[in-house]
Amino acid sequence: MKHLPWMTLGALTLAFAAIAPASAQEKSVAVTAIVEHPALDAVRDGAKDALKAAGYEEGKNLKWQYQSAQGNTGTAAQIARKFIGDKPDVIIAIATPSAQAVVAATKTVSVVFSAVTDPVAAKLVPNWEPSHTNVTGVSDLLALDKQMELVKKVVPNAKRIGMVYNPGEANSVVVVKELKELLPKMGMTLVEASAPRSVDVGSAARSLIGKADVIYTNTDNNVVSAYEALVKVGQEAKLPLVASDTDSVKRGAIAALGINYRDLGEQTGRMVARILKGEKPGDIKPEVSTKMELFVNPGAAEKQGVKLSEDLIKSATQVVK
Amino acid sequence: MSLFSFLGAVEIGLIFALVALGVYISFRLLRFPDLTVDGSFPLGGAVCAIMIHNGYSPYLATVAATLAGAVAGYITGWLNVRLRIMDLLASILMMIALFSVNLRIMGGPNIPLINDPTVFTLLQPEGLQDFWWRPLLLLVLVIVAKFAVDWFFSTERGLAIRATGSNSRMARAQGINTGAMVLLGMAISNALVGLSGALFAQTQGGADISMGIGTIVIGLAAVIVGEAILPSRRLVYASLAAIIGAIVYRFFIAAALNSDFIGLKAQDLNLVTALLVTLALVVPNFKRMLQHKRLPDAPKSM
Repeated sequence: MKHLPWMTLGALTLAFAAIAPASAQEKSVAVTAIVEHPALDAVRDGAKDALKAAGYEEGKNLKWQYQSAQGNTGTAAQIARKFIGDKPDVIIAIATPSAQAVVAATKTVSVVFSAVTDPVAAKLVPNWEPSHTNVTGVSDLLALDKQMELVKKVVPNAKRIGMVYNPGEANSVVVVKELKELLPKMGMTLVEASAPRSVDVGSAARSLIGKADVIYTNTDNNVVSAYEALVKVGQEAKLPLVASDTDSVKRGAIAALGINYRDLGEQTGRMVARILKGEKPGDIKPEVSTKMELFVNPGAAEKQGVKLSEDLIKSATQVVK
Repeated sequence: MSLFSFLGAVEIGLIFALVALGVYISFRLLRFPDLTVDGSFPLGGAVCAIMIHNGYSPYLATVAATLAGAVAGYITGWLNVRLRIMDLLASILMMIALFSVNLRIMGGPNIPLINDPTVFTLLQPEGLQDFWWRPLLLLVLVIVAKFAVDWFFSTERGLAIRATGSNSRMARAQGINTGAMVLLGMAISNALVGLSGALFAQTQGGADISMGIGTIVIGLAAVIVGEAILPSRRLVYASLAAIIGAIVYRFFIAAALNSDFIGLKAQDLNLVTALLVTLALVVPNFKRMLQHKRLPDAPKSM
């Protein structure tokens, strides 16, 4: 195959030809996510909206580029290198692996992470105070005491909280660890069921029948993608389901107190705008999501053998019929 | 493409060159379709990251990661040779088993190594920027690995492994213990992959359970692209071809990342890879067909 060297040369020429000189007053933002996924895409779109509201519009005074690593960490590392080489004003890194790849590769370019549950454990920032480095961002950490209060409101006499999660997902492991500390203080215990693949979600839920009074799930990717399997078990065994992702309520969970990822993206975008206006990322405290939304589904509650209180239904942002 | 992006592509290409060498040994020399790689790459990263995280020397961590890779490859070989499980299936079993093993080793899905010491920071000379230093050190490591592979596979034992791969019945007839050769070959192949995983974790900010996804495809693509650029049956050139293939593959990615104007994006990369590998596989056959037609006594019909 003698054409390949020429193809290689062509690819290289293409690559070098693409250096586009940015005009002086134009700001540039480069966004990368580890994978394309409705929640992560909502973060990206929310950030773009917030930047537009702050006066930075793509095509006018903002150069915006987006790359997804398609779940491949090798590609994520290379996207990080490309972005740093382009020297944008801010890099937005969505989800833990992408954020780590970017932060490991630069100490100078401003980085704003988003949708990272525990940026301290991921070593993106040393603590929740201003980092005095080039990094800050927004976490999608859920305040678990509020989540457990919701569980109590849905199933007042719940003692054993079942949880289905993927042990390979960093965000879920953080939640399990914190629940193990939190629940005993509230007089409850945690019963774990692991689902390393989406197809395992149903059997993991089934293993909780008789061992748990309620199933709580976080925003675990495997669980969210196979939520119907959980609903089936919940209805058959009259095992109430409480989620953290509001979309799951439409799919059959009784209630969820969740983050709206588009709002999280807008919060990220406002932080980026502050940096574009001249603030240093090291002076901005990492934030957690400020807006929470409660979704309830009284129909699903009935099927899972629970009656929701009027107060709870009244306090909901949205009641799913 | 900026200098930073160029050096980044070289750096990541050199890391995956070790995977390509490993894949070359299993797929080409041993003819063992080995998917263990998707598990032994993160295994190397996991072992290395947890040891550095717990304060062990990065050198020791890197060596341990390499050995862990070798053990994984040895077990795949053992499943195949001793328990007579089909080669492809044995490697798939090992790959999925390693997912759980890696989670156990790391104690979680992710271990960051952002400000920890690594072999790269320990050896870094004063005044040399890290984005120059990392590819430079990797180049030295890859060259050493290449010559070690070249040398080993020309020794009597190495030749026995190659004989086992090309004709195991004949090899047995010559008194070669082919089972042992498969085990040894698989261990060497996955040791290189484990080393690669360790270097990846040390340069890219840590180990993550998802870092193994698609490693085998990247390794295979590198070998095939390399063979297309530098077709040779001699080991010295073939191993060089695998390394060049791995780096060229990264340039294709860099090109995809830098070609917004023709509408190509990183997300199209899996398709581009599949097309590239298909092309590299098909074109030699096509060329042979054309050559046959030019022969004077070839069938006259067009």
